[in-house]
Amino acid sequence: MSSASSDGVLSQIDPAVLAQLHSRRDAIAKGASASGVVLAGLRMATVPAALAALSTNVFGQGARLPSAIIGVLNFALRLEYLESEFYNRGVAADGLIPLADRTIFTTIQGHENTHVEYFRNLLGSSARPKPTFDYSAGGGSGSGPFADVFTNYATFLAVAQAFEDTGVRAFKGQAPTLKPYKDVLQAALSVHSVEARHAAEVRRLRGNFMDMEPNQGWITNATTDIPGTAAVYAGDDNVIQLGVDVRTITAVAAKEITEAFDEPLSMAAVLAIVTPFIAA
Amino acid sequence: MSTDSISNEIVVTEANIEAQDRRAFLRRAGLAGAAIALAGCGASGKEIMAPEATASGAVVNPDGSIVLNFATDIDVLNYAYALEQLEAAFYVTAVSNAAFSSIFSTSEQRVLTDIRDHEVVHKDFFAAALGAAKIPNLTPRFGAIDFGSRTSVLQTAKTFEDLGVSAYNGAARYLASEAYLGVAGKIVSVEARHASAIRDILNNRSGDFAPNAFDLGNTPQTVLTAAAPFITESITVVNA
Repeated sequence: MSSASSDGVLSQIDPAVLAQLHSRRDAIAKGASASGVVLAGLRMATVPAALAALSTNVFGQGARLPSAIIGVLNFALRLEYLESEFYNRGVAADGLIPLADRTIFTTIQGHENTHVEYFRNLLGSSARPKPTFDYSAGGGSGSGPFADVFTNYATFLAVAQAFEDTGVRAFKGQAPTLKPYKDVLQAALSVHSVEARHAAEVRRLRGNFMDMEPNQGWITNATTDIPGTAAVYAGDDNVIQLGVDVRTITAVAAKEITEAFDEPLSMAAVLAIVTPFIAA
Repeated sequence: MSTDSISNEIVVTEANIEAQDRRAFLRRAGLAGAAIALAGCGASGKEIMAPEATASGAVVNPDGSIVLNFATDIDVLNYAYALEQLEAAFYVTAVSNAAFSSIFSTSEQRVLTDIRDHEVVHKDFFAAALGAAKIPNLTPRFGAIDFGSRTSVLQTAKTFEDLGVSAYNGAARYLASEAYLGVAGKIVSVEARHASAIRDILNNRSGDFAPNAFDLGNTPQTVLTAAAPFITESITVVNA
């Protein structure tokens, strides 16, 4: 259960995405070696390796990433490690996920494992190792507030929602740092919107597809029904965008205005949220 | 307190961007002026309607066709504004259709009404942020959509939401302003949440809500080609 098979990984990636990345003009502009590196990645049948090779190639030979973005990419990798192991363990836990919902979680599991592989390949030797996690949020004690996370489906869903909504806000917060590196920015945004799809699905699943706010697919105000997750939603009730108080320029109510914009979280805020889940 | 400092930062950033865009606009205005003068020379008595440049440099031709210049952030925002206009008009029409409450369950009506509200917010926000630089109101062309059909409405919604996600993901690379990139990032994930919910309604409890580990990032050309059947005005992009 440690990682998806190569076939599994391959099936997670739309051929159109591959074609698009393969034709990126700035990768090609770096020279003929680009296609060689990509082909080598494809021969190894690891598509994330090929994608990462394309991205690293943008920075020149030797896959040396600018130090400014190594920290951001390791931050992204840390979140993907957290999510992938969470779903690997959840899917493997006997009797946790009802049969009717398994496809949803094997789908998310596959994506998170692909994301881990992508960021690890992108970082190469700069990739930090996977931490040891404590999904009870007990900081290693195993007896935190979510101690029954792999035996109680309701707890598992609640933690999944918190992780996905945190992931969306975390990736968004790093976009400005990645801005000069266009291909990495686009890849990160392509991961970011997939995390948002996951978040909406898990939220709707928790609401049993009914109108049990805040369990819509979107975040209303800064509201959460999950104890201990206030920090995940802090500031999401913002209604000022680009200096415009959106309440003054639309007939739509403030509640829906807050749903219409997902707010970023700083790296420090995200790390504070994640810390209780890390044992070592 | 922190809110104040944040909005101050944004104001400063915007001022810089506006200055850059103004310089770019003045350069283009000079060129446009020359083109209009030439056109005037060629005229044989008939009055020639010159293309009208918005404050952004987006060119709106007499036939209503629009040319967006992706060398300016403002026109990347106009591109988003065009797509949000399309989405908002679609959901407003769908929700106000007489069949709406009979073809959708109560919870589905709530989802679609929420999405309508979000898209109207996005449209109104871009209109306000762009001000005089915004492109005109577009004329939707929804003749191929059967608003009395659940399947037609949901399939069109899926198309528009996936298209919106791919459009923002693909256009982010053209934005010079961190503030604009930031706001695009705040919106794209909401479009992705919509896409997930619509796909979930269409194919409940499947893996359809997120068909790939990486979402597409489409070029503006690809997106506008896909959107063209639904918009009366032709929209094209240069410098992308």
